[in-house]
Amino acid sequence: MAIRVQSTAFDPGAEVNAMHAANVGVGAVVSFVGYVRDFNDGLDVAGMFLEHYPGMTEKALGKIAIEAEERWPLLKLEVLHRIGALEPGEPIVFVGAASAHRQAAFDACAFVMDYLKTRAPFWKKENTREGARWVEGRDSDHAAADRWKQ
Amino acid sequence: MNLTVKFFARYREALGVDSVKVEGDFATVDDVRALLAKRDGADVLSEQNLMCARNEDLCQLDEPVSDGDEVAFFPTVTGG
Repeated sequence: MAIRVQSTAFDPGAEVNAMHAANVGVGAVVSFVGYVRDFNDGLDVAGMFLEHYPGMTEKALGKIAIEAEERWPLLKLEVLHRIGALEPGEPIVFVGAASAHRQAAFDACAFVMDYLKTRAPFWKKENTREGARWVEGRDSDHAAADRWKQ
Repeated sequence: MNLTVKFFARYREALGVDSVKVEGDFATVDDVRALLAKRDGADVLSEQNLMCARNEDLCQLDEPVSDGDEVAFFPTVTGG
């Protein structure tokens, strides 16, 4: 399991390749990449700033990853999240789940994203023509996370 | 009892500080919240979807607190 919270850019393709490079027992890699959009809630977005809670953010992501590893037979799990200033088109988040077979990888990747959206302390502030604004949480994110409750 | 309280994102901006030290007899995170909610600009601490953490773990408002704890209040998280 690898958790990285960083202000520097990353290459999602290289991350996917690294998911199976060290283990030929990996039969499936499912990855999710989230990007900064140039439009949200009716306004053009020129960029955003991602605030986090140093210490807790890494701890929260680690707990989510451990829970995923307990629930599915994963061979590798990576969670990478940007902080600081980002521009439209840049990757914000990468989640990669590697397993022998596809279903565990699909489910673990979706689970990690759903929990990250509702439990990991990150906050987006968008720069728009009308000034900067904090992005508000969505009820649909909580509904998505609730489906994993056992 | 001495605690450190941190604020993030919109709450940090509303309160004008990212961290405060508080002293008093607190049983729960909600006791800390209630004291701080009386400050200027602290209306945000009465929002229904407020989130909180104790020692870097998400918790509920009825979470007990101990001397030296770090408590945090913040709006709904929006990462990913």
